[in-house]
Amino acid sequence: MQQEGVVQEMNDILTKKKEKRRVNIRKYTMVIALVAIWVLFSFLDKSGTFLTPRNLSNLFRQMAVTAVLAMGMFMILVDLHIDLSLGSLVGLTGGVAALLMYKVGLNPFLAVILTLLLGAVLGAITGSWVNAGVPAFIASLGGMLAYRGAIMGLTRGESIPVSQASFRFLGTAYLPKSIGLVLGVIACIVIILSTFKKRKDRIKFGFKVKPLAMELIYLAVYVISIMLFVLVMNSYKGIPVPIMIVLALALVLNFVTTKTRFGRQVFAIGGNKEAAKLSGINIKRRTLQIFIISGLMASVAGILLTARLGTATTDAGNGFELDAVASCVIGGTSLLGGEGTVLGAVLGALVMASIDNGMSILNTEAYWQLIVKGIILVVAVFVDIYTKKKSK
Amino acid sequence: MSEYILEMRGITKEFPGVKALDNVNFKVKRGEVHALCGENGAGKSTLMKILSGVYPYGTYKGDIVLKGEVQKFYGIKDSERKKIAIVYQELALVPQMTVAENIYLANEPLKFGGTTIDDDKLNYMAKELLNRLGIDINPVTKVGALGVGKQQLVEIAKALSKDVEVLILDEPTAALTETEVETLFRIIKELKKKGITFIIITHKLEEIFQIADTVTILRDGQTISTHSIEELDEDTIIKGMVGRELTERYPKVSHKGEEVILEVKNFTVYDPNMPYRKLVDNVSFKVKKGEILGISGLVGAGRTELVMGIFGAYDKLVEGEIFLDGKKIEIKSPSDAIRYGLALVTEDRKGNGLILDQSIMMNTTLAALDKVMTKGILDENKEILYSKKYVEELKVKTPSLEQKVGNLSGGNQQKVVLAKWLMTNPRVLFLDEPTRGIDVGAKYEIYNIMNKLVENGVAVVMISSELPEILGMSDRILVMHEGKIKGELENKNVTQEEIMYYATGRSRARNE
Repeated sequence: MQQEGVVQEMNDILTKKKEKRRVNIRKYTMVIALVAIWVLFSFLDKSGTFLTPRNLSNLFRQMAVTAVLAMGMFMILVDLHIDLSLGSLVGLTGGVAALLMYKVGLNPFLAVILTLLLGAVLGAITGSWVNAGVPAFIASLGGMLAYRGAIMGLTRGESIPVSQASFRFLGTAYLPKSIGLVLGVIACIVIILSTFKKRKDRIKFGFKVKPLAMELIYLAVYVISIMLFVLVMNSYKGIPVPIMIVLALALVLNFVTTKTRFGRQVFAIGGNKEAAKLSGINIKRRTLQIFIISGLMASVAGILLTARLGTATTDAGNGFELDAVASCVIGGTSLLGGEGTVLGAVLGALVMASIDNGMSILNTEAYWQLIVKGIILVVAVFVDIYTKKKSK
Repeated sequence: MSEYILEMRGITKEFPGVKALDNVNFKVKRGEVHALCGENGAGKSTLMKILSGVYPYGTYKGDIVLKGEVQKFYGIKDSERKKIAIVYQELALVPQMTVAENIYLANEPLKFGGTTIDDDKLNYMAKELLNRLGIDINPVTKVGALGVGKQQLVEIAKALSKDVEVLILDEPTAALTETEVETLFRIIKELKKKGITFIIITHKLEEIFQIADTVTILRDGQTISTHSIEELDEDTIIKGMVGRELTERYPKVSHKGEEVILEVKNFTVYDPNMPYRKLVDNVSFKVKKGEILGISGLVGAGRTELVMGIFGAYDKLVEGEIFLDGKKIEIKSPSDAIRYGLALVTEDRKGNGLILDQSIMMNTTLAALDKVMTKGILDENKEILYSKKYVEELKVKTPSLEQKVGNLSGGNQQKVVLAKWLMTNPRVLFLDEPTRGIDVGAKYEIYNIMNKLVENGVAVVMISSELPEILGMSDRILVMHEGKIKGELENKNVTQEEIMYYATGRSRARNE
C-alpha cells in the first residue's frame, strides 16, 4: 500500500517534470522562432531596412490589427469553437465606421461607439446560432459571407476616405517619447515587484519556486526587452498608439482570463464541457459572452485598420481570421481546447506580422506570402496536436 | 510440449526512475482461465501491455516465451500474428456501424474480385459466429443501439473472429449485468474446452471463484503468488493483494435517518435519442438527513439517469416534482441544484467529473468559485487555502496542489471530485459508483469520508453496482429495474439474493 503510494507519487513527479520541460520548450520555441525570423530577414534583406527603428515601428503598427483579432479569437478557440467571420467583420466594422463619419457626418467618437456596438451585436448573433446548435464553423462561415456582402452593398464597391484627425490618431499617432519612457519604467517596476510578491506567496504556501538566480535572469530579460522596445520606438517617433491599445487590451483580457470567474469558467468549458456543466457553469451564457467579445475585438481591429490606412475598402480584412487562428496557435493556444494565454496570442501575432513585413521588404510577391502563411498555419497546428498527443 | 503455453520470465519494466514491474514471473497453462489480480497500479496492465506488444521488445527486461519459443513483439500486430488478442475495458467499436460490420472491420469478406464488400456473407459470418458463441444479438443492429454490456460481448466476438489462442480480457465484467456476466462466463467455459487460453484481469473476487482455474497476484510490480483456485479463499487473495489482513471491508456505521430532507415525486426521465422511451419511469422516494441511501440495480436500470435528472443535467427531458425541506423546488440546471445544496459525484470521473488538464486546485474550486473570490476577483491565496484543506482532509496523495489531475491515480482523482463537491457544502450528496475502478485502500478511505459526512448531517445517496458495497454501507436500499423502483428495504438482514430478486424485476408486495 504505502509502497504503491510512493511509486505513484514518484511517477507523478516524473511525468510532471517531463511535462514542465515540454511546456517550457514550447514557450521558448515561440520566442526562438521570433528571433530566428528576425535574424533571417535581417540577413536576407540586403538593404538593411528590416531592423531599423522605422521598420520595426511599422511592423508593430501592422501587428496591432492581427493582435487584437487574435485576442478575439483566443477564448473562442479555448472553448473549441472557431469564428471565421472575424475577417469580414473587420472589413464591415471598419467600413461602417468610415461611412458613419463620411456619409452620415457623425463625429469620430460617436462613430467609434456605434461601430463597437455593431461588432458586439454581430458577435452575439453568431453566438446565438452556436447556442442554438449550429456548429460555430458554419455559423461563422455564414457570417463571413454575409458581412462581406453587407460591406459590398454599403460601399457599392468604392473606397471610403477618412480624414478626421482624431479618428486617424488611433491608427497613426505616436506617444510622446517622454511618456513612453515613463510608462516603460513603470512597467518594469510593476513586473519586478509583482514577481517578488508572487515568489513570496509561493514560498509561504510551500510551492516550488525557481532558483533565485533563474528568477533574476528572467526578470532581467523582461526588463531589458521592455526598455529596448521603448528605446527603439523612441529613436523613431515614439511608441505607436495602436500598440498601446493592443497592450492595454492584452492586460485587461489577460486579467479577465486568469483572475475572474468568467475566465476560469471559459477555460473549464474548454477543458471538459460536461464536467463544467455539471459543476454549475452556464455554458450557453459563456458561449454568448465569448462571441460578443470576439465581435467587439473585431470591431476594434476594424477601427484600427481604417484609422491606419485612412480609407475603408471592400476587401479590407480578407482572410484575417486565419491569421488570428495562426497567431493563437503559434502562441500556445491548443486547438484541443482549454489551454493557452492571451500574451502568447499577442506574441503569435507578432510572429505573423514579422513574416508579412519581412517578406514585403524582400519584395516577395504577394502570392508567396499566402503560401508561406498557409504552411505556417498547418504546421503550427500540427506541432500543437503532436506535442499534446505525445504527452498522453 | 510443455504444459505452459505462455511464460513471462523475469520481466522488469522501468519507467524513468520507477520500477513498474520487478522481475515478474507469470506462467499460463494451455487451455486454462488465469486470473491476474492486484490493486490498481500493481502492474497488471503494464504486464499485459508488454505481452501484447504495446511496450515493444527492448523496452523491458526478461523474456516472453510462447510455446517454448522466445518472442520479440515490436507492436500489437506481432502479438496478433502469434494469436494473442486483448480486449480492453474501454470499448473500441464504431457506434454508427452494425454489429457485423464492427466484428469484421478492416477484415471484410469481398466479392467481384476484391472490389466490393460482400454484405450477405458478412452478415452470415457474423451470425454464425454469434450463434456459435451463444450471444443473442442481431448482427445487423447498429452497435450504438446496444447497451454497454452487449457491446462488450460484441468486442469479445470481434476478438474471437480471428484465430486466437490466448485471449486477454481487461476487467471484462465492469459494465455487464448479472445475466451478461453469466453469458460471458458460459462462453469462456465453452471456448476453454476448445483449447483457448484466457487471461482475465479483474477486481471482483466472486468472479474469480466462478471462472478462474489459476490465480496470480501482483503487488507493487512483483509476483506475490500463483495458486490454483482450490488452494485459495477470498481472504487469502485480498491479503495477497493488499499485503495486510482486511478485518472489515466496510466500515459500517448504522445511522438513523432523521427528518426527510429531499423528496422526489413521480419523476420521469425520457431518452434523449428516443423521446417516447422512459429511462426513469414515475419514480418517487425520500432522502433523510443523516443517512446513506443506497440505490442498487443492474446496469441500465436508470439509476444514473435518475440522479442526473434530479441534478438538472438534462434539460426538458424530465418530469416530476422535487421537494426540499417540504418545499417544492425547480431545478432547471446543475447550477440550480448546487444552489439548493445538492452535489453529484458522477460515475465517469474522467468524462464528466474532472478537467484532466487542470490542476488539483482549479478542479477543487470549480463548483464553488464564489468562496475564493475577493471583490469579484479570484483570490489565489484563498484557492490555495481551500484546496489545501480538502487535499489534507481527504488524504489526496500528490506532490503539489498544482499537479494536473490527469496525472493522479484513480483513487486520488476520485478524491479530487469529492473535494470539489464537499467545497460546495452540500446537504444532499449523490455518489454514482463512488468506488469504481479504485484500489481497496482508497475505497476504504472513501467509505470513511461518507460516514463522516453523514455524522455531520449530510444526506448521502449512493448508487452502486456492487452488492456487498450496497449492503455494507447503506441504511436504506432502493432497488431499481428498468426505470422503476422495485423494492425499498431497510438494511437489516437483507441478503444479496433479495436485492437481486428485485433488481431482476420480480416485484412482490412485501413492504406495501
